[in-house]
Amino acid sequence: MSRSLLRTVAIPLAAVVFGLLIGAVLILSQNASPTAAYSALVVGGLGDADSFLRTLQKATPLIFGGLAVAFAFKAGMFNIGGQGQLLVGAVFAAGVGFGIDGLPIFVHLPAALVAGALAGAVWGGIAGALKATTGAHEVIVTIMLNFVAGNLTDWLSANPWKDNSGNNIVARTPLVEDSATIPTMGAVPVGFILAIVVAVGCWFVLERTTYGFEVRSVGHNRNAAQYSGIKVGWIMASTMAVAGMLAGLGGAVESLGVDGRFEAGVNVGLGFEGITIALLARANPLGVIPAALLVGLMEAGASRMQFKAGVAPELIDVIQALILFFVAAPIIIRWVLRMRADNSEQLQLGAGWGKS
Amino acid sequence: MSEVLLAARNVTKQFPGVLANDDISAQLRPGRILALLGENGAGKSTLVNILFGMYRPDSGEVVIKDEIVDLHGPDDAISRGIGMVHQHFQLVPPMRVVENIVLGAEPSKRGLVDLAEARSRVVELSQRYGLEIDPDALVEDLPVGMQQRVEILKALYREADVLILDEPTGVLTPQEADHLLGVLRELTATGLGIVFITHKLREVLAIADDIVVLRNGRVVGETTPAETNESGLAEMMVGRSVVLRVEKSAAQPADVVLAVDELEVNDDRGHLAVDGLSFEVRAGEVLGIAGVEGNGQRELVEAVTGLRHPLSGTMRINGEEVTNGSARDISKKGVAHIPEDREKHGVISVYSLAENSVLNRYHRSPFSLRGVLRRDVIDRHAEDVVEEFDVRTPSIAVAASSLSGGNKQKLIVGREFSDDIKLLIAAQPTRGIDIGAIEFIHRRILEQRDKGAAVLLVSAELDEILGLSDRIAVLYDGKLMDVLDAQDADRERVGLLMAGITQ
Repeated sequence: MSRSLLRTVAIPLAAVVFGLLIGAVLILSQNASPTAAYSALVVGGLGDADSFLRTLQKATPLIFGGLAVAFAFKAGMFNIGGQGQLLVGAVFAAGVGFGIDGLPIFVHLPAALVAGALAGAVWGGIAGALKATTGAHEVIVTIMLNFVAGNLTDWLSANPWKDNSGNNIVARTPLVEDSATIPTMGAVPVGFILAIVVAVGCWFVLERTTYGFEVRSVGHNRNAAQYSGIKVGWIMASTMAVAGMLAGLGGAVESLGVDGRFEAGVNVGLGFEGITIALLARANPLGVIPAALLVGLMEAGASRMQFKAGVAPELIDVIQALILFFVAAPIIIRWVLRMRADNSEQLQLGAGWGKS
Repeated sequence: MSEVLLAARNVTKQFPGVLANDDISAQLRPGRILALLGENGAGKSTLVNILFGMYRPDSGEVVIKDEIVDLHGPDDAISRGIGMVHQHFQLVPPMRVVENIVLGAEPSKRGLVDLAEARSRVVELSQRYGLEIDPDALVEDLPVGMQQRVEILKALYREADVLILDEPTGVLTPQEADHLLGVLRELTATGLGIVFITHKLREVLAIADDIVVLRNGRVVGETTPAETNESGLAEMMVGRSVVLRVEKSAAQPADVVLAVDELEVNDDRGHLAVDGLSFEVRAGEVLGIAGVEGNGQRELVEAVTGLRHPLSGTMRINGEEVTNGSARDISKKGVAHIPEDREKHGVISVYSLAENSVLNRYHRSPFSLRGVLRRDVIDRHAEDVVEEFDVRTPSIAVAASSLSGGNKQKLIVGREFSDDIKLLIAAQPTRGIDIGAIEFIHRRILEQRDKGAAVLLVSAELDEILGLSDRIAVLYDGKLMDVLDAQDADRERVGLLMAGITQ
């Protein structure tokens, strides 16, 4: 491992270790054994093929959600709207998934995925376009759009798109057609593979294309970007649309691959976890993959941990919060590890705060 | 009173890979002005940071008021009466002058800030030192010279008896700079000592009592204004003899390249900043725009380069109208732009030199192909720029933030000059950089002229305008006072026009 890579991962890695250590203290305070709890957690997330697949499944939407935040970060924008973008993506993918039948899978499934991606892109794009044209802060707009998305998808799944089979009273859509269901490759869900491919694609776009150069330039120095002839407004709007598209795709994969339908209330929180993932990955699209796998593992193993070691599964949320805390406050870790500050690794958290 | 107010004795400071200070000694006595002179990277800032408690020396001593001290931080230095005015002001723009001055040392009454008391102390202070200021003005509304005065008052409020000023005239107009020098001289009458860091020779000769010249972390000379002159100082600083005046041949003006007609441009606050300007720049000549800063230069340059939309009027480049063109439309016409503020517009500091070297051309062949960057081509281009424009850097992979100001500027100039340019717009092209780099950039600008580019030079340095221009246009309050041929222009005549006075 090269030294610069080591430096890059040192902070997130240390944050995870610190989070787990403090978590161990909390477990002790519940009169449980940390070793038993953590080994149950790992076994629950990695112990056998089933639990490993559950980890992959949990990690999939987290990768998309993490990318949605990380991509926007690169243009200096803070996308808090992953949740709303994911919801509209999930509901429209399900809509296309159950609403049309008689199509072959190689047409129907991509169409449903695209519907979800587009819905997310529109949702993110609205915030980006408002930022570019009126200066409305994307944090505010995306938070508000989360509420709009929540209510819109609740209404869609409770009214026009409601599943009326049997005596269902839940706000949910009918099951999607088989031709719109994401298959598995061997045992591995294709959704996870798609997530990996998309993450690598994001890295390539950001690091290797002229568009990515423009996005990063706007993120680092908007004035210099304008000076060099980049259309800053267009980059802000399009970046948010891409970010929304990524979250929307995550929602689509949930509907088409995991739940088999859209159900109100099922995906709550997934979009917000994207923020944790992106921070842990230090906004690097490739870093999003291990970060999502780690969080996915903890979520997959949480119930076993409760079952075997008698530790409340909410502890996982606490540990995640602690990890996030340490990632966001690297100065604590530097102090403990006696590391020298290095400006190049500083993540521009909320670079747009306070500026229009 | 102390014999020695502030001194460094045999101070050595090593940074990874650089010996920033190598056995440096210098001392300041009461009522005197010590000028620390040296190019960027000579070790001035390191020394001052040691004196101010920001760094601790590896060896050697710091003496404050005849006493060897061990400073643990700036607070230590401040409490011992050292005041520092940084090059980049440490002010809170939306707050009032009085609030800025007392910030961190507010007088209080029953746990609340006693603003009335603060205000009266500030007023008393400004009267005592003859530093007039409106205590109720918002800092963001003040011109740069006044903001600097707030910084000085801030130090005096904390009862400083040593003032350290880091490149204090770098941001000032010639008039403001002259005024500041006068103020500093008066301050020393009260026994205050001043450390004045600069690389401007004229100022050093005008104001210093003692001069210490640094090069490569060492003291290379100690002198006084009486014993030396500009070229003597320049030679000490650079280590070789320097040409202070650029040699240039007569201009060969050809066709009109840039034609500006009745141009009106607003500033950020919506006030008319450029008021009906008309002028032409021809191929093969340098048109210098002289003027006190803030008279519409920035808005003019931004309009001409497509960064700001004009209200009315027209601009043509080689006969084609570009009035509402974008920055990219205009750059496509063969326009190169050295921006006024290199940190804000010129470089992206976290980007590598390679990425910065293609900021204006990454989207074009051969630097990208169908939307994908060609890193190998970009790297080769960056190597060429670094080589040809003498950018001192360990590699093209380092971040631009690691370069000194002069080297950043050379990188920008190299980037902008690597095409065939029709029109060069150079705004404050040598601001805040060292003599060696200034000389280099001046030569390159004239080289472009001789190759047939039209050059629009905007500068607050009157010497630069007089030295490079073939014709000089003087801007005052957004209007052109006059356009002079270079041979008819001298400091005095241009200076009067800059103040808005026509005979």
